Amino acid sequence: MQLGRVIGDVVSTQKDDALLGLKLLVVQPITPQREPAGRALVAADAVGAGVGEIVFFVRGKEASFPFYPGQPPVDAGIVGIVDHWDLG
Amino acid sequence: MVLGKIVGTVVATRKDPRLVSSKLLVVRPMDPRGKPEGNYLVAVDTVNAGVGETVLVVSGSSARMASGLKDCPVDAAIVGIVDEIEVKE
Repeated sequence: MQLGRVIGDVVSTQKDDALLGLKLLVVQPITPQREPAGRALVAADAVGAGVGEIVFFVRGKEASFPFYPGQPPVDAGIVGIVDHWDLG
Repeated sequence: MVLGKIVGTVVATRKDPRLVSSKLLVVRPMDPRGKPEGNYLVAVDTVNAGVGETVLVVSGSSARMASGLKDCPVDAAIVGIVDEIEVKE
């Protein structure tokens, strides 16, 4: 998983049927120092995240697992909202 | 998933039998603000998208989960036509 910040959302009407009802959010991956790290991507939201929140997300086919038994064609999914972290 | 703009089509006569009747499009990935980034890719269209449209592209094995692509040898599929992208920060 990776840390990221939700920076926006995407609206799509004409889409794969399995994506109906899913919230699609724009996520900017970040470092633990909150600096942007790499390209922003679109992720399916499984936890009710919103713009401005720090989240962690999973890449790959596993991104569809929270929607089981549905099998939406997604390759990135938000699976947690981060409360805080500690680097020791 | 990544956002991209469709810039062209691909025609292939000789191809894997499971790709017969698939529509192949050339997509230029872009960031959420519309700036092109990264390499062009060829993606199978599952939502009747066309040149000039902004689309949502799913990559890797997840692409096979798109409608009609089960067991097809593909690693990129267009699964949505984007109406609006709102970036708030």
